[in-house]
Amino acid sequence: MGAGILLTGGGADIDFMIKGVFPYQLFGQTLWITTTHICLVIVMLVIIVFSILAKRVMKKAAEVPSGFQNVVEMVVEMLDRMINSAMGKHAPKFRNYIGTLFIFILLSNISGLFGLRPPTADYGVTLALGLITFVMINFNEIKHQKMSGYFKALLDPWPIWMPINLISKVAIPMSLSLRLFANILSGAVMMALVYGMLSQVALIWPAALHVYFDLFSGSIQTYVFCMLTMTYIASVCETES
Amino acid sequence: MEFNENFILGCSAIGAGIAVISGIGTGIGQGNAAGMAAQAVSRNPSIKSDITSTMLLGQAVAETTGLYGLLVAMFLMFVQPLVP
Repeated sequence: MGAGILLTGGGADIDFMIKGVFPYQLFGQTLWITTTHICLVIVMLVIIVFSILAKRVMKKAAEVPSGFQNVVEMVVEMLDRMINSAMGKHAPKFRNYIGTLFIFILLSNISGLFGLRPPTADYGVTLALGLITFVMINFNEIKHQKMSGYFKALLDPWPIWMPINLISKVAIPMSLSLRLFANILSGAVMMALVYGMLSQVALIWPAALHVYFDLFSGSIQTYVFCMLTMTYIASVCETES
Repeated sequence: MEFNENFILGCSAIGAGIAVISGIGTGIGQGNAAGMAAQAVSRNPSIKSDITSTMLLGQAVAETTGLYGLLVAMFLMFVQPLVP
């Protein structure tokens, strides 16, 4: 009774599962380096190479940009516009984090186009991203509302409502990470089904599906993740005065 | 009473089918948002880009419940937690 037995009757090989590459021992536990780690490293290498090239270009930046400098300026301006429109006067402090997050999630999502298994189709990755957002929200709430305001919001409107407020706090990273994970996973599963079950006739037309599942859905979910993160952070940064 | 694995697999498949019915609510919600956005654009075409980004954000949030159903269906089908 292996995984996916309902679909493997016809001898089609459908694999969208995370596969272990090699095991290692840590504190007496056997852990695995999986395909997710390898794809993550590839994505990170692409980002690092891009940023090193961008730094080299921007060191001798010309007044009138050309070539690669154009691309870099376009990316930075687009991210700046998005962050400014969502966060207003709080934008400068969070520009670095949101920009990095956007580029990382976007590259992870569209890495399915290049034959990798998207790293964001692993709940471990998206939960980590959601937890970073959770910590940022709570840290900024304590920083801007002070401890008293933080607990007053927790006991709002009556102390008896505290469990519900706690649940709604915990639900933020859960729903953020599950949304990204489920969207990318469903895209990966659909593509695996198409390639696995229609392997004889899946010749050129799956490109259209790739455009929808990898490019469109991936960029929409990237935008949504960053937008929601910014909205949550900006809403706790507002001080009543 | 003892159930064999095929029976549990069949019931898992039925459960997965029922779970993805949650897509109905998502579809209604997303269609509603898109219709309202079309109305808003027809009233005020000059803020089309703002309306589009707001609509996409709302639709993605509304999509979450449908995706939860999809996740449950996928777990039932591929992870098979109920098969002993």
